[in-house]
Amino acid sequence: MLQKGVLVTHGQALREGVRDGMPIALGYFVVSFTLGIAAKNAGLTPFQGFLASFFNNASAGEYAGFTTIAADAAYLEIALITLVANARYLLMSCVLSQKFSPDASIWHRIFVGFDVTDEIFGITVARPGRLDPYYNYGAMLVALPGWSVGTAVGVAAGNILPIEAVSALSVALYGMFLAVIIPPARQDKIVGALVLLSFLASFVAVHLPGLMELSGGTRTIILTVLLSGLAAYFFPVKEDASHGA
Amino acid sequence: MEHEIYVYLFIMSAVTLAIRILPLTLIRRQIKNRFLRSFLYYVPYVTLAVMTFPAILDATRTPAAGGLALVFGIALAWWGASLFKVAASCCVVVFLTEMVLL
Repeated sequence: MLQKGVLVTHGQALREGVRDGMPIALGYFVVSFTLGIAAKNAGLTPFQGFLASFFNNASAGEYAGFTTIAADAAYLEIALITLVANARYLLMSCVLSQKFSPDASIWHRIFVGFDVTDEIFGITVARPGRLDPYYNYGAMLVALPGWSVGTAVGVAAGNILPIEAVSALSVALYGMFLAVIIPPARQDKIVGALVLLSFLASFVAVHLPGLMELSGGTRTIILTVLLSGLAAYFFPVKEDASHGA
Repeated sequence: MEHEIYVYLFIMSAVTLAIRILPLTLIRRQIKNRFLRSFLYYVPYVTLAVMTFPAILDATRTPAAGGLALVFGIALAWWGASLFKVAASCCVVVFLTEMVLL
């Protein structure tokens, strides 16, 4: 009975989460497949690949981790590398903490936090109003298996997808990011200018000595803190507007 | 192998989960500071934009395909296409572009 009650109240959000999570899951499956090949090279079994992906769900972080395992590095090293590669999730988690209702239970916070990925973060902030944990659970329901099973299959089967498909599907995640940032950029001139500036700065950073040597994840953090900080300083948002994202 | 893979996996997972879960569970109140609120408001747009470009150019077999996908994706999102449509269209654009160019 309790189960049924939960489904009636939260079924809508859950279904929407599954709907928006489907393209994520599909993209994840393809990307994690390649990740599985890296896991295999590091000596992981399909089951270990599944475990790594289920609990980490992070492409760059896992890739860095597998490389560290392959090098038989010290345990402290893998902790530090994971910390650096995944530090941007710390920022995302801070953002989501403000989208949660202040009286949301700690369990919802823990379970939503379990799967804060670039993509799930993207669809979560795109959804208007307060964060509904059931929306995230819906997305996780398809995205997590997509990612972790994809990794296990990648370890077991290697590269069976044709290269044309891998190339085409690899932009699905970027398409999703665009669908999240472009509509607000159209509505709000400051956000629009900020998105454009972010594109430019990111392009420059990839080619600038001193920044180009850093990992993509670290560059993302530096640029995010810098540009968001400048925008917040020069264009502080009005009190009621800050619920939007 | 000198080190145990399961220990590696445990450390990786513990660090990743701590990063994701700690802010969500520790910051339970609404932040009042206007600068911090504004900062957190802008973060998603900057992060996602920075991750998209120029990375999208390197994701495909030829940068032209990624570039076209970017242009189409922006146009479709601008005109209000859904998340799924934008993502799927980007894939189709890459597939067709590479079929012509490669």
